[in-house]
Amino acid sequence: MSLFFQILLDGLWSGLLYALISSGLSLIWGVLDVINFAHGEFLMVGMYVSFFLGFLFKMDPLISWVASGAFLFILGVLTYKLVIKRTLKMAMAPLLASFGLSMVLKNIAMNRFTPNFRILSGTIMEGKVISLGSVIIPVPNLVTAIFSLVILGILYWMLTKTRFGWAVQATAMDPEAAQLMGINTEHIFVLVFGLGGACVGIAGGLLPSYLATHPDVGTLFGLIAFIVVALGGFGSIPGALVAAILVGLIESFAGFYIAPVFKYIAVFGVYLVVILIRPKGIKGW
Amino acid sequence: MQKSEYQDCRQKKPRFIPWLALVLALALLPIIGIIKGNFLSHVLVMILLNASMAQAWNIIGGYAGQISFGHSVFFGIGAYGAAYAVTTLKITPYPGMIVGALIACVVALIIGYPTFRLKGHYFAIATFAIVEVFNRLFMIWDTVGGAIGLDYPILKDGWRNFTWSRTKVGYYYGALILFVLIFSIVRTMEHAKFGYYLKAIREGQETAESLGVNSRRYKLLAMALSAAMAAFCGAFFAQYNYRVDPSMVLSLDMSMKFVLITILGGIGTLWGPLLGAAILIPLQEYTRAYLARLGPGIDLIIFGIIIILMMEFQPRGLMGILENLRKPSHALVKRSNTNSVQNNRLKGHLGGKQ
Repeated sequence: MSLFFQILLDGLWSGLLYALISSGLSLIWGVLDVINFAHGEFLMVGMYVSFFLGFLFKMDPLISWVASGAFLFILGVLTYKLVIKRTLKMAMAPLLASFGLSMVLKNIAMNRFTPNFRILSGTIMEGKVISLGSVIIPVPNLVTAIFSLVILGILYWMLTKTRFGWAVQATAMDPEAAQLMGINTEHIFVLVFGLGGACVGIAGGLLPSYLATHPDVGTLFGLIAFIVVALGGFGSIPGALVAAILVGLIESFAGFYIAPVFKYIAVFGVYLVVILIRPKGIKGW
Repeated sequence: MQKSEYQDCRQKKPRFIPWLALVLALALLPIIGIIKGNFLSHVLVMILLNASMAQAWNIIGGYAGQISFGHSVFFGIGAYGAAYAVTTLKITPYPGMIVGALIACVVALIIGYPTFRLKGHYFAIATFAIVEVFNRLFMIWDTVGGAIGLDYPILKDGWRNFTWSRTKVGYYYGALILFVLIFSIVRTMEHAKFGYYLKAIREGQETAESLGVNSRRYKLLAMALSAAMAAFCGAFFAQYNYRVDPSMVLSLDMSMKFVLITILGGIGTLWGPLLGAAILIPLQEYTRAYLARLGPGIDLIIFGIIIILMMEFQPRGLMGILENLRKPSHALVKRSNTNSVQNNRLKGHLGGKQ
């Protein structure tokens, strides 16, 4: 039984991490109807920021997540201004342009930082665990999960309870009508892209305390984020949370009860089955 | 005015002589000794292969307007078909190619039937997921070598084994056959009922259906045809590359190649794929060769920047640039009009806002 709980908790940790990573993508997709293909690479950039702050200035990921969040906010804004905004005319053009951006970011990392795996040692949370009977809870994963819940909560609160959030929702529903109501939709788009970047930047800032940084690290996370967002439904934050936890649980249970190599087959397979029954995701409308 | 507009919209009948001249010119290249260095012939083979791949994708992506990111699945099946025939069954690759293409057709129908219901980004992401599933399945499938893949043994040169080790001229002609096959099919299709049906579906599925076009059937047919062609390209790639493994042929990057070359060349046009391959492949190969001292990945950084710039300034690709050059500015009066026509066409191509 404790084994079952262990697997359940492991799935929960990865699920909450995926939720944090996907929240930014979900926000961007919901408001701009754009898939940012460079999302996984944003995560990679965030991890490098945090890694180098830790490596060069001995800053702990527990602090440097602020820096990488801020950095990715700026990168998000720049991406919108320089790439996305100019390609919005065509539905698939932003996706392909951001694929180009992902190639650029990944290969700059490859070129500058070599493909080596870099592990940050001597962090505060390194190797710390909490034992509850026979169930082990690794502290870094727990902290990331708490961050994820807090940030998703803030995002949800902001979108549903503040004037800014209402403006975002109005823009998502109908940009032209929102503009007529006096909302500066351009500002909303810029801020949404920045916030989307910041969310994934925070995830990237925390990750180096338990995951190696390398140029390709974002690819799989990016794909999982696409799956989570599509599974959760068009721009729905609660949908993304449910979908992310589902993905995390499928991953850990399939990995244990079937075979480790099957875990992503199971994740993508379940996604395909769900999307065929509900073409717009669990919470889609 | 009205009449010329009408003629403009109606497509010209395909002219046979220029097409024949192009094929003959390409066939003559090795004979008149232009292909000497192995690097140049490698680049030419890659151009023909990539043009064929892009054209195969163009059937479903360009003409039928279904932006699929899953073509590496078909490409991979074709590659594994040929490689399995050679490495495990120890026969010529041709039966493997044909069986691979047939399997790719069946897989395309199985994938297409449910996923064509999905719209826009949901369709795109579903095709990503399919690629990942196939990639992982081939990784653990021991019969085809798992993650290690299949390595070719040393074989005698010639058409029987579809292998040439000294010069690449044989491969060049192999690629030319592939190119002629796929381009002829699309060339004929463009002016056949089938092609018009696909374009009608792309421009407006509901309208096409209201006029009696069975959109699902034609989309599935286009997908199967496209998949079979992609599988042939994959088989050629396996023969040329002399080994296959899942991360090489069954990956998202490979899928993207199909999409990008077509879109950068000119989506939904007959010559776009060739133009895209003829300009981008040499650019990529030569930057890789000559800028290597700047470290790894420089060629891909440049390629990425080109994609971004192209999407920003001319999403209709190189064909769009050519068209703009050909249309002199005396059409100034009509410009706003034609632009809207072009933009509408483009919206159809790139999915439109869902």
